[in-house]
Amino acid sequence: MTGLAWGAAAIPAGLSVQQACALSLLAFSGASQFAIAGVVSGGGALFTGTLGAVMLAGRNALYGLRLADLLRVQGWRRAICAHFVIDETTAVATAQPDRASARVGFFATGIPTYALWNLTTFIGAIGATRLGDPERYGLDLLGPAMFLGLLWPRLTAGATEVRVAVLGALIAVLAVPVLPTGVPIMVAAFAALLGLRERQRERERVKEPVR
Amino acid sequence: MSVWIAVTVTGVGCYLLKLAGLVAPQRVLDDPRVRRFTELVPVALLASLVAVQTFTTAGDLRLDGARVAGVTAAGIAFLLRAPFLVALVTAAVVAAGLRLL
Repeated sequence: MTGLAWGAAAIPAGLSVQQACALSLLAFSGASQFAIAGVVSGGGALFTGTLGAVMLAGRNALYGLRLADLLRVQGWRRAICAHFVIDETTAVATAQPDRASARVGFFATGIPTYALWNLTTFIGAIGATRLGDPERYGLDLLGPAMFLGLLWPRLTAGATEVRVAVLGALIAVLAVPVLPTGVPIMVAAFAALLGLRERQRERERVKEPVR
Repeated sequence: MSVWIAVTVTGVGCYLLKLAGLVAPQRVLDDPRVRRFTELVPVALLASLVAVQTFTTAGDLRLDGARVAGVTAAGIAFLLRAPFLVALVTAAVVAAGLRLL
């Protein structure tokens, strides 16, 4: 269903219906698609914007790491599987008790989600082209609201996550007036390093009493 | 760089990252620093996207009351465990309503 929102948000950002649909077909990754739309609407550096959008898909690589051992697919099947590695399929596949049902769950979730995502993108995009001024309908809110929704479960995961998020947001906002569009998002990724340092300190603290 | 190139590169890049996870050797995941970093990068990126799209317009810091209210409304919706789409619609409706006034 977020596909509707994506389609409706892509048009006011300045993407064509074809571009919105191509992103859903090729990228199949909501956060990355919204990120690209944000950069296009900002009219800024597409190169760094693209890099940021791709980096957002990094979590999918992490899912892939987890799924590789679970699904144990080889060769060309692996190339097909890869396209369906997203939040939903990972959640369903990892919740299954054995490999056979994990595979079934993976595709039973992936294929309908993909079909629906592309269909709703198209409907949303076509709808948005007929609406007129997108701001009147609050369509410019769909992007940030979606990112907030993706961020939300991570914030509840721990204090480090909250600190990384706050630092990332601060860096990006402060960088916006001085750097071209898209670059502040990339720079904000450095906030993740803060989390690494905290983690290391935590581990040292845990180790010491044992010695 | 045209928008079409950005669209294509994003698509291919996203796919390659997904594939990379599937073909990477298991020991990469065993390194806790790699795991932690890949967990935290999206947190930083998503937070920065929320902030940039809420508080800036066309490369400038700007406070758009309706937009801030809409994002806040979405936050409240998520806090109340509303479904994803409900939160998105809430954000759009709040902003649209305030702009009508």
